[in-house]
Amino acid sequence: MKAIEVDSLTRDFGGLRAVDHISFGVEQGQIFGFLGPNGAGKTTTINLLLGLLEPTDGRAEVLGYDTRTQADEIRARTGALLEHSGVYEQLSAEDNLEFYGRVYRVPAVDRQARIKELLTDIGVWERREERVREWSKGMKQKLALARAMFHRPPLVFLDEPTAGLDVVSANAVRDDLENLAAREGGTVFLTTHNMSEAERLCSQVGVIREGRLAAIGHPDDLRAQAGGPRVEIVGRGFTDSVLKLLRARPEVAATTVENRHLEIELSQETDTAALVSMLVSEGVQVEEVRRGKASLEDVFLTLMEEEK
Amino acid sequence: MKTDILAIMWKERKGLFRVQGRRSQALLTMLSPLFLAIYIPWNSGPDWVESGLSVLLSIIVPFILVGITVPDSFAGERERHTLPTLLASRLSDRAILFGKLATSVIFGWGAMVMVLALSLITVNVAHWSGHVLFYKPAILAADLGISFLVAVLTAGLGVLFSLRSSTVQQAQQTLMAVLLLPAMLLQFGAVLLLKSPSAKARFEQTLATLSFEQIVFIVAAVLVVVDLAVLMAAMARFKRARLVLG
Repeated sequence: MKAIEVDSLTRDFGGLRAVDHISFGVEQGQIFGFLGPNGAGKTTTINLLLGLLEPTDGRAEVLGYDTRTQADEIRARTGALLEHSGVYEQLSAEDNLEFYGRVYRVPAVDRQARIKELLTDIGVWERREERVREWSKGMKQKLALARAMFHRPPLVFLDEPTAGLDVVSANAVRDDLENLAAREGGTVFLTTHNMSEAERLCSQVGVIREGRLAAIGHPDDLRAQAGGPRVEIVGRGFTDSVLKLLRARPEVAATTVENRHLEIELSQETDTAALVSMLVSEGVQVEEVRRGKASLEDVFLTLMEEEK
Repeated sequence: MKTDILAIMWKERKGLFRVQGRRSQALLTMLSPLFLAIYIPWNSGPDWVESGLSVLLSIIVPFILVGITVPDSFAGERERHTLPTLLASRLSDRAILFGKLATSVIFGWGAMVMVLALSLITVNVAHWSGHVLFYKPAILAADLGISFLVAVLTAGLGVLFSLRSSTVQQAQQTLMAVLLLPAMLLQFGAVLLLKSPSAKARFEQTLATLSFEQIVFIVAAVLVVVDLAVLMAAMARFKRARLVLG
């Protein structure tokens, strides 16, 4: 059984189609990244999967439960960190976790141990009695992450957990997420528009654009779809005749020159030295050579560009 | 569902008066019932426990105290962005609704019980005549019953408006405006009675035929009907999808 099974899921708001016949599946134990720009339909999809909104068309099953008819069962077995952290700022960190422990009926004896375990993990045990109002946004997000995982749900929904955080705080939240996910197991459905986050954390990603699923797959497969390996050469003398010679080679799929940067997209893995040697023999002054492959960001931008 | 309601009540109790900027305001408002609990019995003397004057406080105290706390129930969660997470939890609609209602009712009604006790102490201390003064059973029952029903009514209306208000202030203003309506109608009725001597005489005659217990029963019956209607409206208005969309 898959953790999430979505079949032609659609949701309209008046005349606006927020989610448009999307279909995908998420295997158990996976960190699934749901990528898309703002307003693409990521949050609406989470609300549909949690049974908070009814689909206009299509259906979805979460942990084997139908989102239309068994939403209570789904919410009882999942954790969620939504658009806002949702922590009670007038309460202490300890009380925030205590409350959700009670909500999910975690026995009183286990609650205290779990609170200590999670607050220690995210590095705030010493500050457990402080009101969360005094905390930074990053710390509140870490607490919200701990809250979402408090009752050890087999599936956690995280809606842009690092949005609006500075680089250090975002990285700290990602570290916690990575550690908690690895230790607790279970499936994570993560929406983000941060490509490096998805690349680092997700074993499977789906890209949503204007409510439609534009691509889905392992990050490596998507990168391969977006283009093969690349070579970037910094130097002088990238004349038209040199570029013509370069494009004539079978292993070269495309070339672009900007200022003193030549980017060569390769159709297959090839020996870079041979390419560089050819360029040098044609009078190019090579200063730097870098090998690389398409990033998830390249994939994302390509998909967004296709839409335009 | 009882455990879930208790969980909500636990959180609400923890958060009561801790909302930034409203703590001092709320504490100040609590002083007025305390003042009434001392000042009126002090001046009324033994009449306080025999005349049924305390029923007036049974209306005012829960009205004020529940009126302060209940607008925060949903509008406050919405304002502080905690509502979506609460709605995404395993709690049922009714557990959330009744947990919030119960906290406000218990707070308002509990305060009234304390006011009754305090006013009893005041009247005994100020007018000690060798024996302990205590409320007549019918008056005590009326005090407890009417204050409970007023607390439920105020809480129900508060939740009803809080469910659709985007801010606590908006919920508070709407609730106060609606609660002032019956007071204005009563005033209007009194003016009409004063203008028509025959109607006034008829009203006084009717009132004279009714005992204290009968009047309390009629008021309580009306309150029970209105309370049930308000609670049913609140349940019907609690739509998770609509709350999620704000």
